[in-house]
Order: sequence, then structure tokens, then C-alpha cells
Amino acid sequence: MTMTSPTKAPELGLPQPAERAARRPRRFRPGAGKQLQGGPFTYIALAVVGIGSLLPLYWTLVAASHTQDEVLATTPPFLPGGRLMHNLDAAWTQANLGKAIVNSIIVSGCITAATLFFCTLAGYAFAKMRFTGRGALMTGVIATLTIPPQLSVVPLFMMMSDIGWGGKLESVIFPTLVSAFGVFFMRQYLSEALPYELIEAAKIDGANNFRIVLSVVLPVARPAMMVLGMLTFVQAWNDFFWPYLALNQQNPTLQVALGQLSASYTPDQSIVMAGALISTLPLLVVFVIFGKQIVGGIMSGAVKG
Amino acid sequence: MATSTPTRDAFAPPPGGSQQKPASSRRQTWRSRLWRFDDKASPYAYIAPFFLVFGAFGLYPLLYTGWIALHRVELTGLDQMEWVGWDNFDKILHDSEFWTAVSNTFLIGVMSTVPQLLVALGLAHLLNYRLRASTFWRTVILTPYATSVASAALVFALVFRADGGLLNWVLQIVGFGDTNWANGHWTSKIAISVIVIWRWTGYNTLIYLAAMQAVPTDLYEAASLDGASRWQQFRKVTIPSLRPTILFTIVISTIGSMQLFGEPLLLEGGTLGATGGNENQYETLSVYLYNYGWNLGHLGPAAAVAWAMLALLLIIAAVNWLIGRFVRKSAV
Repeated sequence: MTMTSPTKAPELGLPQPAERAARRPRRFRPGAGKQLQGGPFTYIALAVVGIGSLLPLYWTLVAASHTQDEVLATTPPFLPGGRLMHNLDAAWTQANLGKAIVNSIIVSGCITAATLFFCTLAGYAFAKMRFTGRGALMTGVIATLTIPPQLSVVPLFMMMSDIGWGGKLESVIFPTLVSAFGVFFMRQYLSEALPYELIEAAKIDGANNFRIVLSVVLPVARPAMMVLGMLTFVQAWNDFFWPYLALNQQNPTLQVALGQLSASYTPDQSIVMAGALISTLPLLVVFVIFGKQIVGGIMSGAVKG
Repeated sequence: MATSTPTRDAFAPPPGGSQQKPASSRRQTWRSRLWRFDDKASPYAYIAPFFLVFGAFGLYPLLYTGWIALHRVELTGLDQMEWVGWDNFDKILHDSEFWTAVSNTFLIGVMSTVPQLLVALGLAHLLNYRLRASTFWRTVILTPYATSVASAALVFALVFRADGGLLNWVLQIVGFGDTNWANGHWTSKIAISVIVIWRWTGYNTLIYLAAMQAVPTDLYEAASLDGASRWQQFRKVTIPSLRPTILFTIVISTIGSMQLFGEPLLLEGGTLGATGGNENQYETLSVYLYNYGWNLGHLGPAAAVAWAMLALLLIIAAVNWLIGRFVRKSAV
């Protein structure tokens, strides 16, 4: 599998085939000299950066479990306090979080499912099928990556209100049903992971093109779809700009609710932090479970980009 | 095996019908025509969803923005458009707040992109050593990526608060007075840059790391045979090999920094976000667009801002391209 090969490269210390083992002592890695190990300085530097990465998240938890006065006191608290449940409860009712969570799940779920399906189809077509204009169309797909959503929000807002989707989840879901990154990602994966022989064999057996997609392409694409699915879900869950414009207080996603909670007249910071905790926690859980795959996915998406 | 399923299924009922009678020749051609049509049309059918969605919700609105920019449209009456010509562009180009937003976007973009990419490069170099628990380190460094703009901005808003902010508390121990981070022109930009750097450094690190691992090892062998030190190897082998990747991350970060919205909107909490602080000291173009269109309710000028952003983006792209060409030439 191509996706994990960059991740696995540094762990080649295991027994190797004879030919490989003979070459091994002369192997050399950047900056590491003859010993491949990182020194103490490496670990210290990584630990500092790691703490910097996690500290704001820990601080969210701390702030969410105290009263606002305690959080903003001259000596701020460092350990979680006992007000977590109270603040979560307050955030829940003040910011319509129950509805927001359901909305976020619907939006992210629909976007992820549609992106996976459409991007796999398009990625397969670009990777393995011959058709006129393939190169130009693929260039077009990649070019769309460079267009910020800001450029089209004004008419998009008017269109959505025209067709009756103003303030509805459809207005957030439909513009993101398929992504240029996803098409590119699936194309990269399938052009290496899917041998032509497999497609030919299925064709000789009398499968039509869509049949091939269902029974040959999808099984081969599954690992890449897992990764793309997680990346898409993270992005859809965290999206802010367009949902903030398109949705309203009565029908928000989590991020929109959070933004509105903090834009209220006198926001209570510890309740805001409780809301931030609720919106972040699901993804942190996903990260703890699938961290390795997500890391590998970002790296494999980039390596040939 | 995945292939066994289609094989068996396809053999049992021949395509086009389940009868076992020998097919007539006319039927044969009809079927082969169908097959040829399937082969010809399928790729277009598979890529169509992308182009349909992009056309409807990306390209068409993008062009339509230009049309709206020449009209008077209010948030309160979306179906009434009144032709005003270049008035909207006139309005924003003569608004000092617009130019403040342009310079803020540019400054914050530079202040967040440059350190972020440099740190990412260094971190990727460290992660490229053989490490214990390398996956653990990578995951930890990527964790901020899982946080939303909203949560990140709100946590850092607390950290950067003037009274009772975590950062000022730390600085007081070292002996610095109180800094009103959000109020200062530079300090507010630093605060926003820190949020951006925090969220995106890990992501860029992994992109660099992937590119570093693709650098052929014989290049390093040759360099070390020539007596190059580690630093020289990093500069003369690693960096040149990474040039396309670095260019890629610069482009992506530039586009990203053009879009900064949540960070400035939420930096202070309360209602100051829509104007980017009381002196617009951290108002970005996106916030300016939002303020004009959804806070003040004038969508015409907001559309003009969108086109101004497009123009800026094209300028940046041209500059990027020129720099890229210059770097490539001077490297030879």
C-alpha cells in the first residue's frame, strides 16, 4: 500500500531480506550521520512543541471547569475545577447546542458520504479511464483549489434564499458535496493501487463500467477512502465562514453556535469554553483513535502534490 | 478476492438479458453499441458531479459576483437589484477601512506564513530522524489541526486577554507590564498570527516530512563523501529537493491567509469582531466583506470586495510566479 510507505520508511530496523541487509550499513539519512537515531536535543525540542500543541486544549478544559471569575483571576487556575457539568449545561441551553450537534452530524455526515462516493468515481475516471480532455479537465479540477470561497458567497447567499434554502442545512451541504482535493487524492491513490489487469479481467468477465466501480474499484480504494473520509469529516465539522453566513441562531452548526455564543452581549468566558470543549471533543476522540491514519493520509496526499 | 464476485455474477446472467437462447446478430450489434456507449460516456458521468457542483456553487456565483458588484442590493430585500455602475467599487476604494483591511490581511499573512513554514521545516527535519514513538510525535504535532477556527480563536482570546489573560500573567512574572494585545496594532496582529501558526504548523510539517522522506538517500551519501556537514547537507540537498513542496505550501498558506475570518472575528469576543477591533486594527478583508454585507447589510459593496480579493489574489500569484522563476534561475 502506497499510503503507509513513507511512514514506514524510518522503521526499517527489522530483519531485512539478504540483499537489503547487505546494503543497510551504508544507508544514510538526512542529518543523522551514521547513527540514525535522534539525539536528546531532538526529543526536547519535540516535547516543547508538543506541549505547545496540547496546552491550549488543556487550557480549554481548565477554563471550562471553573467560574469566569476564577479563570480571569490574577492567578489563573492550572487544574480542572468542579464546575464542568454546570458550564456544559449552561452552554447547552444558551447556545442551542443540542440542535447544533445534530446539525453538525447531519452536515458533516452528508458531506463526507457524498464526497467519498463522487471523489472515488471521479478519481477512478481520471486515474484509469481514457477520454478526450482528461488532462485539461484534471488541470481544471486542481485550479479550483485556488479559489477562496469568499469570492462567491454574496451571490451564493442570494441563490440559496431564491431556491428556498436560506438558513437551511442544504445551503451548507450542497456546495461541498465533492471536493477538488478529494478527486486529486483518489486519483493519486488509484493510479498506483489499482492494476489495469484487475479492470481488464472484470471487463472480460462481462462487467459493465459501473459494475467494475462497485466490485473492483471500491474494495481497492477502501484504505484511501477511510483517510479521505476522516479528512473531509474534520474539515466539514470545523468549517466556519460559509455556515456562519448561511445559517442562523435557530438552526446552527456547532461552530456557528459557538461563534454566536461569543458574539452575544456579555459572553461568560467559562461557558464559551465549555461550548468550545463540546465542539472539539468528538474530533479529539477521532484523532486519538485514527491519528496514525490521518497523519499518513496527509503525508501521502502531499508527497506527490 | 475482490474479483471473484463480479466474475461469478457476470457469468450467470449475460449482460443485456437472462435468456439462454443464442442472441441474434442484430442483438449483438445493439449490445456492443451499448458497451461502446458505456465506455465512452462513463468517464464523463463519473467526473460530472464535480463539475456540476463546482459550476453551480463555485464558478457561476464567482462570475455573478461581478454583476452584483455593479448593483445596489440590500440584505433586507434580496430580490431588488438596482444598477449603480462602478459606485460600489468607488465606495470601497475610497474607504480607508478597506485599505486598512488590505494591509492587515497582507501583514497578518506574512507574519503567520513565514514563521509557520520555517518552524515546520525545522520540525520536519527533526521528525525525519529515527525516533522512538515517531507516530506519537507526529500525531501530537498535528492535533491542533483537529480544532476548529472557532474553538482555537476563543481559547486564544482568553490567553491574550488584557485582564486575567494567561499570557499577561506569564509576562508579569518575567517583569513585563500589561499588554493590551487586542488593542495594539502590532500586538493584535501577532495574536492572530499565533492562532494561525498554532493551527497549521503541524499540517505543513507533515507535508515537508513526506517530501523529505522521498529524497533519495544516495544524494546524502554523495554529499557526505564530499565532506559536507549536516547543515550543508540540509541546505544544499534537503532544501533544493523540497523546493516544489515549499512552493506548494507557500501557495496554500497564501490562499489560506487571504481567507482569515474566524480568528479576527472572535479574537475579542463580544460584538467588536465584525469591525476587527475598535480601530479596525485586526480587520481582515474577509471580515470587512462580512461587515459590509451581513452586518451593515449592503451586499453590493461586499461583492465588490470579493472582486478586489480576486484581483489581489491574481497579483500575489503573479508575484509568486516571478519569485519562483527568479529562485529557480539563481539556483542554477
